Amino acid sequence: MEAINHLPFIIGSYAAACVIIGALIAWVAIDFRAQRRALADLEMRGVARRSATEHPPRAMAEAKEKA
Amino acid sequence: MSLIDLANPSRFLGFANRVLPWLGGVTVLAFAIGLNQAMGAPDDYQQGATVKIMFLHVPAAWLGMMGWGVMSIAALGTLVWRHPLADVAAKTAAPIGAAFALLCLVTGSLWGRPEWGTYWVWDARLTSELVLFLLYLGVIALWRTVEDPSRAARAAAILTLVGAVDLPIIKFSVDWWNTLHQGSSVFRFGGSTIYPTILLPLLIMAVAFTLLFVTLHIAAMRNEILRRRVRTLRLMQAQAAS
Repeated sequence: MEAINHLPFIIGSYAAACVIIGALIAWVAIDFRAQRRALADLEMRGVARRSATEHPPRAMAEAKEKA
Repeated sequence: MSLIDLANPSRFLGFANRVLPWLGGVTVLAFAIGLNQAMGAPDDYQQGATVKIMFLHVPAAWLGMMGWGVMSIAALGTLVWRHPLADVAAKTAAPIGAAFALLCLVTGSLWGRPEWGTYWVWDARLTSELVLFLLYLGVIALWRTVEDPSRAARAAAILTLVGAVDLPIIKFSVDWWNTLHQGSSVFRFGGSTIYPTILLPLLIMAVAFTLLFVTLHIAAMRNEILRRRVRTLRLMQAQAAS
């Protein structure tokens, strides 16, 4: 009986955790896509860092491939 | 790769791209084990089934404090050592820490209602945790107010170090004042007062939450480095056009 009485509080807590953690993960994932898209857009227009054009680092090459 | 190599943003991006899939996988595994253990844990002899809220509330509280701890170390990195990634680490830890502090407040409130008969009381532990959440919001607002990242970093670093005073207040509030919130029951002199069948799931959930924090923090730092590159390229483009 006690467990049933308290069930909404337990479910509410786990639902709140899903919403807050889900929002965090979505924020990071959406932001990553937006930055990659913005970088790809700039590079398509021929804007590139000097260091990137002279010695393209591996991470930038990977980011370009993904974009 | 040594730790000092990661001070280079390009090397950090390569490191993040390599470790994030693994970290994500380990985090999911840790949560699967932790939640399975938490759901199978027995009810508490006094609190009954509501003890299951503890498996979220306590790790969220620890990670909310850890977030500010990470920001404080990063603030020293910004002000003292001028580490190139210190302000990136500080800026990106703030929303993650704020989310954990918020989760701590929400789950604490939902736990308080059946146990104390109220969602909220202005006792020292709850109030100091609320202050931590508000400090997070203040730092996030400060970062958004100042456009130049290096100027924003110094201002945010000072606020972060001042706000670090709240961490020992949160930790010892239950010892210093007479609070409705219970005293320390995990990390205390004389050992934990929690029975092992409940303590083990709690510790596994704490590991899972910590892995989640680390994963999200590295991913958010990668985003911030990319954002700064975009900003630099746009400035270069604007200069070339003018």
